[in-house]
Amino acid sequence: MTDKPSKVVLDPLFNNNPIAYQVLGICSALAVTTKLETVFVMAAAVTAVCALSNSAVSLIRNHIPNNIRIIVQMTIIASLVIVVDMILKAYAYGISKQLSIFVGLIITNCIIMGRAEAFAMKNPVGASFFDGLGNGLGYSFILIVVGTLRELFGSGRLFGHVILPLSTEGGWYPSNGLMLLPPSAFFIIGLYIWLLRTWKKDQIETS
Amino acid sequence: MAKDSISGTLLVAGLLSVVCSALVSISAVILRPLQAENRDLDRKKNILQAAGLFEEGRSVEELFAKFEIRIVDLASGDFVDDPDAATFNQRKAALSNDQGLPIPKKDDLAGIKRRSRFAPIYVSSDDDGSLQQIILPVHGKGLWSTLYGYLALDSDLTTIKGFAFYEHGETPGLGGEVDNPRWKEQWIGKQAFDSAGNPRIEVIKGAVDPDSPEARHQVDGLAGATITSRGVSALLEYWLGEKGFKPMLDRLRDEKGN
Repeated sequence: MTDKPSKVVLDPLFNNNPIAYQVLGICSALAVTTKLETVFVMAAAVTAVCALSNSAVSLIRNHIPNNIRIIVQMTIIASLVIVVDMILKAYAYGISKQLSIFVGLIITNCIIMGRAEAFAMKNPVGASFFDGLGNGLGYSFILIVVGTLRELFGSGRLFGHVILPLSTEGGWYPSNGLMLLPPSAFFIIGLYIWLLRTWKKDQIETS
Repeated sequence: MAKDSISGTLLVAGLLSVVCSALVSISAVILRPLQAENRDLDRKKNILQAAGLFEEGRSVEELFAKFEIRIVDLASGDFVDDPDAATFNQRKAALSNDQGLPIPKKDDLAGIKRRSRFAPIYVSSDDDGSLQQIILPVHGKGLWSTLYGYLALDSDLTTIKGFAFYEHGETPGLGGEVDNPRWKEQWIGKQAFDSAGNPRIEVIKGAVDPDSPEARHQVDGLAGATITSRGVSALLEYWLGEKGFKPMLDRLRDEKGN
């Protein structure tokens, strides 16, 4: 378990992606991906919380009593999320209003809890930090892919800039309303997992 | 001390709580001024949006400049100079002993228990000083939370120019649809009072029948949010009624008539 930091960071992007391979954290991936602006803020928030909570849990891993370890992890994660939420309210008020409860719900994002329990409890601080960073980036990567497709085909824009002029606004592109609804993220993530597992056959689960 | 013993467990739990609460409270204290500034800007933006005056890309402060804040004594309907409009906080006033008062249960349509005796309102006037529109702060209980919003009335003090909530904690997708732009658009042009001057505006269950004579006093209900919809109706009835802004609105209508 002494992998190089670069491997620990890069592994979760394709080989062990928290959404595509571990299939965790789907809920927020459906909710915040209609616009790239919110995607980036959410991705940054999750990555920061994941890296910091992993580091904090790892730092005190030898002192955490076994019986209350989940509660201890939860407390650390919850505190970090509240701090992140307050920072967003102070520096990015508009976006924090759009993300509304989903910032608070990072607390229940299984990726963060999962990494704290599965990795940070057994590994040194440095490796845990990079593992959190990598998993956060893996989550971000999927969010960006889904967000790009949804914003482009749903509202014809990227980062709010018009790419495909909508027919309702005098352009030529008839908007795909499904893309603005949460189920479309399911389809995109499903297709992505299919493509990924066609490319990397070892990710197919044996039954 | 073994980490899995009872005392070890308590020690770790205790220390962790102290560290985490310190972290959270320190950031709360440091970030509060910035958050308050953002909220203030957002509140002004909401007032402008309720009035239909908000323009993307223009400074909120600049657009807001044409509004004048007046403090109303709700019981008499008169404008007063004390408390000072620049520092008045309606929510704090409602809780204080000298500026707030409890609402008797039978009158408490909005479910807010206490209210301030004064309220800040925003008035924009023509160059010749005649009133153009007036924006009233309203609030009341929904399902989970208190909804805070602004109602903008046209110069006849009856036609609604806009209505928007700037703070609430209703369920996203259900009661939270009070933020839906299409729903908010419905309010524009509705009549808040009947011909006798009594408040009459209601969020009904289901969709408004456009042929009904009542349609100008009605707005579509929010699907799956009966209690929020009822709360919105009730809070408007309260704030436009005798205990709310009606004395002031009656006075302003009289003044216009003369």
